[in-house]
Amino acid sequence: MMPRHHVDDDLLLSYAAGSLAEGWSLAVSTHLALCPECRARLAAAEAAGGALLEAMAPMPVAADAWASVRDRLGSSVPAEDRRRPAQAVIPSPLRDYIGGDVETIRWKAIGTAGAQLRIKTSDGTTQVRLLKIPAGQPVPEHGHRGRELTVVLSGAFSDGAAVFARGDIEDADEEVQHTPTATPGADCICLAVTDAPLRFRSWLVRAVQPLLGI
Amino acid sequence: MSELLETVGRTRDVELFEQLFRHFAPRVKAYMARTGSAAAAEELMQETMVAVWKKSALYDRSKGAASTWIFTIARNLRIDAFRREKHPEFDENDPAFVPEAAPAADAAMENVQSVEALKAALDTLPADQVEVLRLAYFEDRSQSDIAAALSVPLGTVKSRMRLAVAKLRSALGGDTA
Repeated sequence: MMPRHHVDDDLLLSYAAGSLAEGWSLAVSTHLALCPECRARLAAAEAAGGALLEAMAPMPVAADAWASVRDRLGSSVPAEDRRRPAQAVIPSPLRDYIGGDVETIRWKAIGTAGAQLRIKTSDGTTQVRLLKIPAGQPVPEHGHRGRELTVVLSGAFSDGAAVFARGDIEDADEEVQHTPTATPGADCICLAVTDAPLRFRSWLVRAVQPLLGI
Repeated sequence: MSELLETVGRTRDVELFEQLFRHFAPRVKAYMARTGSAAAAEELMQETMVAVWKKSALYDRSKGAASTWIFTIARNLRIDAFRREKHPEFDENDPAFVPEAAPAADAAMENVQSVEALKAALDTLPADQVEVLRLAYFEDRSQSDIAAALSVPLGTVKSRMRLAVAKLRSALGGDTA
């Protein structure tokens, strides 16, 4: 079944431009792996990058640029040596960030219902987690600030009248009041990306933060 | 250029590659110079062109123009160099990857025409949309950075991006939904 909830064009454009932080990009690329329709839509945004590059005013390169590039060419084509499993629930590249598929995940309980796995990226502006929500339960600790992207990997959740199943992406901001709840029948596993928790800007507050326990 | 790149990938002909280099290297350097110093731009340009050579066998003209493919390689190297981040990308050979139902026919022919159509469409975009594209593609600005730089609400940045993509997509002959 193909996804029915898609990535907005503004996110596709930022992803194609390369100006979207790694955490958000991980959610977008996970959806893209599962959604041929959005991959076709991505093509226009990447082609815009090509056309903009083509239209740039050329900048003179170093006098020996070609000579030094030619010296580094070598003759080998990179071999396709990636090892891939025969089947998987979680698509690449997300699976590579986790280090394995669903059965290898070491979940950590959150409160009384649900579990999570924090996923590390190199960008300090987002928080990336895998969530497992028991069938029929609401998504735990759901107060968030700023944007939140959620991509369903297995099971499904409902939010108001809408149902999100495998591959579907939900794009919510803080103005949207939403209460996602796993549908009955199966646990829901999803990727959730949010803005990183606010850090205090003042060095003084940061210094006393551990003392105050905030 | 797309045919040339595909031929380089197949034949590994250094002289043909030099033609690609002469055309793209000064543009890739200009692209890198938008976010880095001239010295860093020169180094990243050379790194990009070496990567283009090494990956050229993987280039498939039916999936996009040479300029688009080279742009994505340059973009990923720029993100790695200046932000120390990765650009996560789907893998068509992954077991969980969902392929499209039926591949588009005559895609290669359409791509040749579409590069020209896309350039023409870019020229007709309103100035406020062009400004947003420039900041996103060349200056590595996030949506909220762009909103702050232009003193407009975040929603305005998003809608300008959506309008621009819709217009470019219709120029490519795709649907505008």
